[in-house]
Amino acid sequence: MTLEEDVELLRNIPLFAKIEPSKLKLLAFTSERLTFNPGDSLFKQGDDGDALYVIMEGEADILVDTPNGQITVATMAKNDFVGDIAVLCDVPRTATVTATTKLTTMRVTKDLFFQLVCQFPQIAIEIMRVLARRLDVTTRQLQDAVSKASDG
Amino acid sequence: MESSIFKFIVRFSMRQQISVLMITTLSLPFYYLSLEIPKKIINRALGTGEDDVTGGALGVNVQPFDFFGVTLFELDRLPLLFAFCGLYFGLVLINGGFKYYINVFKGLIGERMLRRLRYQLFSRILRFPLPHFRKVSQGELIPMITAEVEPLGGFIGDAFTLPLYQGGLLVTALIFIMVQDWKLGLMALVFYPVQGFVIPKLQRRVNLLGKARVRAVRKLAERIGETVSGAQEIHANDTTKYELADFSYRLGNIFHIRFEIYRKKFFVKFLNNFINQLTPLLFFSIGGYMVIQGELSIGALVAVMGAQKDIASPWRELLNFYQIQNDAKIKYEQVVTQFEPAGMRDAEDPDAEVDTETPIAGELKVTNLTLTDEDVKLIDSASFTIALDQRVAIVGAGGSGKEEIALVLGRLLTPSGGRIDVGGRDLQALSESITGRRIAFAGATPFFVSASIGDNLLYGLKHCAAAPDEDGGESDAEHFASLQENIMAGNSGDDVFADWIDYEAAGVADAAELTTREIRALGVAEMIPDVYEFGLRGVIDPSARPEMAERILTARAQMRERVAEPDCAGLVETFDVNAYNSNATVAENLLFGTPVDDTFDFDHLAKNPHVLKVLESCDLVEPLMQSGHQVARTMIELFSDLAPEHEFFEQFSFIQADELDDYKDLLGRADYDNLAALEGNDRQRLLSLPFKLIVARHRLGVIDEHMQERILKARAVFAAELPEELRDAIEFFDEERYNAAATLQDNVLFGKLVYGQAQAESRVGGLISEVIEKLGIYNTVVEVGLDFQVGIGGTRLSSAQRQKLAIARAVLKRPDVFILAEATSALDGASQSKVASNLLAEFEGRGLIWVLHRPSQSSQFDHVLVMRGGKIVGAGSYDELNKPDSHFNELLAAE
Repeated sequence: MTLEEDVELLRNIPLFAKIEPSKLKLLAFTSERLTFNPGDSLFKQGDDGDALYVIMEGEADILVDTPNGQITVATMAKNDFVGDIAVLCDVPRTATVTATTKLTTMRVTKDLFFQLVCQFPQIAIEIMRVLARRLDVTTRQLQDAVSKASDG
Repeated sequence: MESSIFKFIVRFSMRQQISVLMITTLSLPFYYLSLEIPKKIINRALGTGEDDVTGGALGVNVQPFDFFGVTLFELDRLPLLFAFCGLYFGLVLINGGFKYYINVFKGLIGERMLRRLRYQLFSRILRFPLPHFRKVSQGELIPMITAEVEPLGGFIGDAFTLPLYQGGLLVTALIFIMVQDWKLGLMALVFYPVQGFVIPKLQRRVNLLGKARVRAVRKLAERIGETVSGAQEIHANDTTKYELADFSYRLGNIFHIRFEIYRKKFFVKFLNNFINQLTPLLFFSIGGYMVIQGELSIGALVAVMGAQKDIASPWRELLNFYQIQNDAKIKYEQVVTQFEPAGMRDAEDPDAEVDTETPIAGELKVTNLTLTDEDVKLIDSASFTIALDQRVAIVGAGGSGKEEIALVLGRLLTPSGGRIDVGGRDLQALSESITGRRIAFAGATPFFVSASIGDNLLYGLKHCAAAPDEDGGESDAEHFASLQENIMAGNSGDDVFADWIDYEAAGVADAAELTTREIRALGVAEMIPDVYEFGLRGVIDPSARPEMAERILTARAQMRERVAEPDCAGLVETFDVNAYNSNATVAENLLFGTPVDDTFDFDHLAKNPHVLKVLESCDLVEPLMQSGHQVARTMIELFSDLAPEHEFFEQFSFIQADELDDYKDLLGRADYDNLAALEGNDRQRLLSLPFKLIVARHRLGVIDEHMQERILKARAVFAAELPEELRDAIEFFDEERYNAAATLQDNVLFGKLVYGQAQAESRVGGLISEVIEKLGIYNTVVEVGLDFQVGIGGTRLSSAQRQKLAIARAVLKRPDVFILAEATSALDGASQSKVASNLLAEFEGRGLIWVLHRPSQSSQFDHVLVMRGGKIVGAGSYDELNKPDSHFNELLAAE
């Protein structure tokens, strides 16, 4: 896998779609490509958040600890990114992310990520869009849950 | 110490001073003769003088060869001339010989005494009361022992000899002049009383200035020391300007003092020169008059003038010496007074028979113990008794005096009042060779010498030197002579290179058993895992430890099998001489070995002649330069927009920010298809870039498979054509051989971690430990870790590691009583508890006194003392003390 191929993959990710290729190359060059075997965890709930991961190949489950045990709240696939909350909010990891298939990621460190955001407002906008969409989904799920509960 | 330098000289070098004085005295008659001969030559051989026996003109006359009126024989003028000249030559030799011998002897005396003085000063530092070190700075002490006393050596050699010798010369010359003509003699002397009166007056002022100078320079040194240790505060508070102004003020002070000294000194010199030159004037005028009047022969006048010249030089030397002597007196006094703080410990008689065998056991009885620091009572008439086979905890709030009491019990602080008895003996009266061996102390900030972990562990066992083993070799004789010289200079006669380790104290018979003990002690302090890590990063000499190397090779083989198993697949890329390792740099792939020294330093490979030769013979120079060209292009593309101070340059770029423009310029000039045309610096620049490339990590696609194959071929050529003299500059990766230049870990791994594998490092670390433990060589790795250098003051260790090492050091010397003062405060909670229970078990039946900073830990102890405001406010077991409303209860609640 060469740097050029990495750049191609990154370009297909909405988050980075509007960034000029030379900057994506810098991102690819300075970020570590990490592969995980099925069952390996990228990070665990409560860990310190030092990086976010862009999924380039494979799938991963997002798991949250609850009093009734661990439950899967979402599944992430190619072109998604995980680990953003801990990086953005400077809090410990809010969930555990575990590979369900062979998983290839690009590990973007916190420092690098903030530098990118400062240099390229497009990334910030894109992140806002993703977060807003997630919030929208979560709100609707909550509404469903509340109405189900009142129906029941 | 002797209060004045003369007392010091007389006490320690009287005998030598007398011998050198005698030799000096012996030399004076010869000097007199050498003054006499020229006169004889002029008067007798040339025959113009008054005592010309024949009174005739130059002619073939028989003249006597005589001294002091005794004629030895008679000769013709010409042979007589040569006879006198021959004699004169002989005297020149004798006088020169005397001078040389006297100077060397003086040097010997001076250097020995300087050594003795430095030794005495240093040994006094070792006897300073510990609180004094808070008042005196390193910056003051160091220059006193090093620079300030340095000139004293020269002075001590001269102390008696110089005045005698130069005075002797002076007197001899004066006598000579007197003998010629007493009137001329008086002329030569007439100004001396003037000088003798004025100069000491001037000198006294110079002395005072000299004292002020020494003080000012010492303060300056202290200031520099403060700046060095307080650099952080200076920058944090932006006080650079203030510091500079303060320093300027101090330098200005010194400048004024020094300048004043110069003025006064040179005025003295001027006065001397002036007077010395007046005397010849008298000789010319009055002496010339007498010659014309026929009252004096020319020969005598010439000789007197010669002698007068000879007076000038010793006179100058004497005056000079007078100044130096005063200088030395001040220096000595000023240094010595700094080494006499109040409350200094008495020197122990090194030869006294001390019973170090009797253990410190029984009861520790403290009566009315008081410790004050400038009216503040840190310990306030504390009395208690504890059994020395019990484990005792001391608890209290900060400032309750609990730390001080630990220091006093460890005999590291001298109490202001009260008494401590250990097993019926007064602790204060016990020799340090008992307390230092039978009592151990560990505080919160232990100190370590800049040596290995092992050396520091053994530091607690180095009480005295073993008897030297004499096998009578030549180097032994030399060694012995140097030890003799130590004793002559009043220094320590112990051999620092002897075996200092007290094996008996550690409870072992020899060095081999000791290692096992060391590891055990580290185990008590929970430090083994740390040292194991150091060991993995350490290197060993396989010729010195063949067995160890052999086992590491076995571990390598097992590791290889282990990483081939499916659960570890793809973690490690093992070195294979026939395959390109895509997780190693191009340089490592080409050399296929570890550089031993700087010859094949990876950063400078592009300049190495052998590497260049290999690359040329494999036609790799141009392809590699093309790779370099591509790397440079990519780097410029990636990093050009970043600010020069951006951390990415440091972390990721192949080209540093300040070189980026040079490379841009270079790419502009270079023709990609004809890079061979580049020369010198350009060539090196491009060629050096690809050496750092790691295919799997950098993913630049520059080193493709074709290129890798060519590098493999070059690898073979590199090894095959390596010149004989470079054989030792590299250790090749050879599966069957231990690599002496690589760490233990790299030797076991024999490959590279694969990039991009999650948690590869910790997983492989785990695998290595697994293999090493299975082979039973875990402790051997720990042994290698004992060689880890701790750095100055132990700074290469973390503060937790330092505390653990201090505990291990204390455990190793098997003390009767071990006193700890918050000695585990830097450890995490779990380790603290483990160390505590290890030590409680280890000291079962011996004395353990532990000042705790967490009172709750005292539940594990046999006995607890509670302190408050310097007083003992509670004593008993944990359960007895833990009552509502007690101070102990408050302490527990506050935790």
